[in-house]
Amino acid sequence: MTRTRFAHTGTSEQDTKPTTTSSRGGGGGTVMRIIVPLQGVVQGRGGLFLGSVIPCALFYFLQLYLKRHRSAPSTPPPPPQDAAASYPPSSSEGQLPEVSVLSRSFSRIHLSPRSPGGPAYLSSRVNLVLKGGDSLYDIGLRKVSEDPYHEAGNPDGVIQLGLAENKLSLDLVRDWLAENAREAMLGGGRSGEELNIDGIASYQPFDGLMELKVAVAEFMSQVMEKAVSFNPSQIVLTAGATPAIEMLSFCLADTGNAFLVPTPYYPCFDRDVKWRIGVEIIPVPCRSGDNFSLSITALDRAFNQAKKRGTKVRGIIISNPSNPVGNLLNRETLYGLLDFAREKNIHIVSNEIFAGSTHGNEEFVSMAEIIDLEDFDRNRVHIVYGLSKDLSLPGFRVGVIYSFNENVLAAAKKLTRFSSISAPSQRLLVSMLSDAKFIQQFIDINRGRLRGMYVKFVAGLKQLGIECIKSNGGFYCWADMRALIRSYSEKGELELWDKLLNVAKVNVTPGSSCHCIEPGWFRFCFTTLTEKDIPVVMERIRKISKTCKYPS
Amino acid sequence: MTRPRSPEDNEPESQARKPAGSTAMRLVVPLQGVVQGSGGLILGSLIPYALFYFFQLYVKRHRSPRSDSNPTSPSQSSSNLAELPRSSSRSNLSSRGSIRRVRVSSRASSIARPNDSPYYIGLDKVSEDAYDRFDNPNGIILFGLSENRLCFDLIEKWLSENLKDSVIGSHGGYLSISGIVAYRPFDGLMELKGAMAGFMSQVMGGAVSFDPSQMVLTCGATPALEMLCFCLADPGNAFLVPTPYYPGFDRDMSWRTGVELIPVHCRRTDNFIISIGALDQAFNQARKRGVKVRGILISNPANPVGNLLPRETLDSLLDFSQEKNIHIIADEIFAGSMHGTKEFVSMAEVLDSKDIDKTRIHIVYGLSKDLSLPGFRVGAIYSFNDSVLVAAKRLTRFSSISAPTQRLLTSMLSDTRFTQAYIKTNKKRIREMHDLFVAGLKQLGIECTLSSAGLYCWVDLSGLIPSYSEKGELDLWEKLLNIAKINVTPGSACHCIEPGWFRCCFTSLSEEDIPIVIERIRKVAETCKSSS
Repeated sequence: MTRTRFAHTGTSEQDTKPTTTSSRGGGGGTVMRIIVPLQGVVQGRGGLFLGSVIPCALFYFLQLYLKRHRSAPSTPPPPPQDAAASYPPSSSEGQLPEVSVLSRSFSRIHLSPRSPGGPAYLSSRVNLVLKGGDSLYDIGLRKVSEDPYHEAGNPDGVIQLGLAENKLSLDLVRDWLAENAREAMLGGGRSGEELNIDGIASYQPFDGLMELKVAVAEFMSQVMEKAVSFNPSQIVLTAGATPAIEMLSFCLADTGNAFLVPTPYYPCFDRDVKWRIGVEIIPVPCRSGDNFSLSITALDRAFNQAKKRGTKVRGIIISNPSNPVGNLLNRETLYGLLDFAREKNIHIVSNEIFAGSTHGNEEFVSMAEIIDLEDFDRNRVHIVYGLSKDLSLPGFRVGVIYSFNENVLAAAKKLTRFSSISAPSQRLLVSMLSDAKFIQQFIDINRGRLRGMYVKFVAGLKQLGIECIKSNGGFYCWADMRALIRSYSEKGELELWDKLLNVAKVNVTPGSSCHCIEPGWFRFCFTTLTEKDIPVVMERIRKISKTCKYPS
Repeated sequence: MTRPRSPEDNEPESQARKPAGSTAMRLVVPLQGVVQGSGGLILGSLIPYALFYFFQLYVKRHRSPRSDSNPTSPSQSSSNLAELPRSSSRSNLSSRGSIRRVRVSSRASSIARPNDSPYYIGLDKVSEDAYDRFDNPNGIILFGLSENRLCFDLIEKWLSENLKDSVIGSHGGYLSISGIVAYRPFDGLMELKGAMAGFMSQVMGGAVSFDPSQMVLTCGATPALEMLCFCLADPGNAFLVPTPYYPGFDRDMSWRTGVELIPVHCRRTDNFIISIGALDQAFNQARKRGVKVRGILISNPANPVGNLLPRETLDSLLDFSQEKNIHIIADEIFAGSMHGTKEFVSMAEVLDSKDIDKTRIHIVYGLSKDLSLPGFRVGAIYSFNDSVLVAAKRLTRFSSISAPTQRLLTSMLSDTRFTQAYIKTNKKRIREMHDLFVAGLKQLGIECTLSSAGLYCWVDLSGLIPSYSEKGELDLWEKLLNIAKINVTPGSACHCIEPGWFRCCFTSLSEEDIPIVIERIRKVAETCKSSS
């Protein structure tokens, strides 16, 4: 109301331009107040009134100005009203004199300068998604899918070292499926008796079958060498770890809040947390000097900086074993993290999806174990797990939220309506995971193969003079190629990445995609290869490293 | 930074309190300060800080004695650990930490609250005490969940014949195993999209053909709706939805996306068919409130009522959306579950014959109803808008379908002989159940709206409700649930504006159950009538 009233006086002033000096003068006198807002505060005179009126007035004049400049073409042509109806196409040009006859069509053409030009609006938040799909990570993956390497069929294709997939033990899974798939899905098929169609076709609880939760809990503790036991009633199953992380971010933080994430981190965290949830990620840099291990001081600094900016930090997301680097968080660090979280009263999301893919001698310690030993308030700890890595079944899309917080569990259970797992796959997994002999065998063999590949790959890189950070888990080598980059910057790193992809035809993940603060680090995923491929990869890298080395 | 400084500026507290007292009037009548125009800004900002500061001081003082007494109990442990700096820092924190419980986000806490809609309360209740003809004959009969169990035998037969080959592949080779195990495109296998497009056009009697490249597959129609809503509207925007509508829409469209649903009421006198006039009115009202309407969400065949939108209505809906420059989401998940004589017209079909901007039309489909496979969680977005398709494809990372299921369905849907037979039998069985149930109700003097599709009857029980209001309706609903042990969905859960309507899903029953249901309703009807 106040604005419109003000508007009335404004129009008269605007119409008689030269006489506006009085009002303009008033504005001019207080311009200083706007520029130096503190002045008004200090003088304490009329600050509140002028402070609110002046922006309104300015905005009003701006609108008036814009309106003038836009309506100028529309006001002159009213005369040719009748004739114009016969040239409808011209209306789209923005000269809309012809339309004032029909009330309905008038309203439509009124909109038409907007609607035919641009189709119906999409939401503004979707733009983030539309823009966000073309990271280097995606470009690399696309390149591989266009021209994938095959030993016999396409020996010049691009070798995939960028996707976190474990193909080392697929034969075990295949054999099991070939034997058991039918019985596993439909149940009771062993002696050809009644099939259980009801159990897969009809609605099942969105958050996963209880049988599967029990089996997954058992599998998790088996993978962690029985150091912890998991309670199935604290489990919520989702269609992959990706929605599990999204769901947790939704439950723990509001739009505009933030999570602290130690870098380098898994490139897709950004999507999982930002896209639909609108939560910010504050990178907490870890450095090669500390072997990329997390320091509480860095966390504290990032936390305080965020607080100064007015951003509310609601939690920390850690990956343990960490995703690109492959190191483990030791007990001390986990305790430190818990202390820190308690002091700041924030959550901890611990992504332990690689817990069963450890291949070093160091012991993996789950956050759940720490929580079990100490009587902390457990409400702030949430563990993310999944079967994509440790059981190498990414296609099955099975993720796990394991939380100690009743509210989070209740909300997550309801949210699984948006990402639940197909029932046939659940049945299949119940039988697979309950087959203790198979599972134990799988874990052991898979670990052995992982270790073998890791050792060979690291040795191969070492021969080329490329060092890796010592890793104990995961499918990756985090390789130091600082010596090969032309300039010690992100640009230099991307040049090398480009060369690796297009000349050497090796798709790797550059450190900058993982938000690593130091340039020249690359993530090599070695589990998509067979042993025979390693020499091929090394040869390709060697060629590149030769061309890179001589200028420096 | 400013807050801690402000009390210092006022130096001694007693002095600070005085000016606050003298300007109390200014606070009470904030306009006064504005009118007088002197010191409004500085006092207006300082006073709340000062008050807040004193408040904190007060709270602190009252709390501190308790935290002083607190350490006495754990003192043993803390004295034991006093040497260790780490644990001492922790016990130091515990006094605060025990008071400060970590919070979940405000948007999640509203979701975590227990269900309050009768739709979900009823479903919860059934899961505790479900009816079974032999094991639990006094249990609650599930009438509220839209599930079609009439043709499970057909699916079972197909699965038992083809399961192994379809999942693993007949040769069991390495390629096919990595086909189900490895990472797949999140938005669905191209083979399945092709099969799905074929199935959709088959279901619609071949009247339209669908282009697989315009399709995005999701794990259920529920995430499909949410995804579309996210793509088309920002938080605070709105969709117009003709009532009565599927109770789950509120969750799908609003929970995480923050989009408002504006009910547009349809009435019995119009056979619950949407009128453009009502839409227009709702649109204008929303605009007056300052709410931006970004689209219309229709379900065709309608979910609770089961009627079809005639071609002319679809036509004028398109005109309306063009005029207002908004989107249309057509939920056609029941397209194949027809049991009447009327012909179903898909939005895609009307579009084909019309020369308008197609980018505003989005169709949602799924296999939960027409193929009665809700456990498989397969939904589809079929859109004419490239940006929406690109965005939805990227968003399927959060709700993609398990690969073994995709393989299974690809071969099931490609088996056109099976699907053809299935569609035909399914329609026939739905019709039989529908007729049987409607006839049973008629004997009790209860009428349903004329429906031609879907798994429901939209039943008029307004004769049985004690008062013609939502309260009366819920009273009856409770009686049906707790005394007659029938779980139906009350109209108010579907946002129906007229009380006394109930949704009964008859496809989760078998033929033998119908007399039992009718008997149970009769008992309630008698008590209702005798009391009134």
